[in-house]
Amino acid sequence: MSDEISISPEAVDQLYQRLDREAKAGGYNLNPDVAFTKGLVEGLLINEARYGYGSCPCRLADGERKLDLDIICPCDYRDPDLVDWGACYCALYVSDEMRDGRQLLQAIPERRPPEEAREAGVSAAKPTATAVGEAAHDEELVGFTWSGLPVWRCKVCGYLCARRRPPLKCPVCKADQDRFERLM
Amino acid sequence: MPEVRGHIEGKHSDCQVLLYALSTCIWCRKTRQLLEDEDVTFDYVYVDRLDAEERKACRQQIRRFSDRTSFPTMIFDDTDCITGYKPDAIKERLAL
Repeated sequence: MSDEISISPEAVDQLYQRLDREAKAGGYNLNPDVAFTKGLVEGLLINEARYGYGSCPCRLADGERKLDLDIICPCDYRDPDLVDWGACYCALYVSDEMRDGRQLLQAIPERRPPEEAREAGVSAAKPTATAVGEAAHDEELVGFTWSGLPVWRCKVCGYLCARRRPPLKCPVCKADQDRFERLM
Repeated sequence: MPEVRGHIEGKHSDCQVLLYALSTCIWCRKTRQLLEDEDVTFDYVYVDRLDAEERKACRQQIRRFSDRTSFPTMIFDDTDCITGYKPDAIKERLAL
């Protein structure tokens, strides 16, 4: 491969500004160490140029989108890592505590399952693993989800999400995590 | 953009250090910087810049020491490894 992709500082600034704006609008924070964060943004742009999608700069992408969907930034592991460690795996996103210097940034253990487990997951496709727009609606499930994940409801605005734990902040109304209730 | 593979000569060369890194990863950059600042002799390889066959070989190498292929991974004397930017653990392992 040995590509020589070069990203201009202007392109880095532009994406940095956009991510910062979107993070704030969604109740997230970019890492306040701007030089560090811009380094990650540059990595995202390099990956976008390489693979056609901005996969996590701190993980080895396969190069096939289907196999890398879980690590396209913001990755599937960002929110649980924010809850458990105060930062996502690459530390592009941080919690309020981390942003304000009340929590120490440390190396975050890899939550992504090992390759074999991911491969097994891809081949054993569940009904929910269909592409967007192909979801079947002929089955009715009440009380639990195909993924086995609980569904959380923001008691402030009614936002619903199916995940292991609710987000630190509601992405719609910015209510804190403790304003969520388990719906099912 | 750094070279894909390389060798850095430093004062501390008792232990054979091989750094598997990603060229886009800030934690890998910090790890390499730490080794250079501490004047350690080491080899490095940027796995994301290798072709598919070489990547696979690197992944297999890393999996000999670790249950995950994550970066940075440093292999010491072909016997043990440290994964992640852990300055204290790295310095302790290298008796710095």
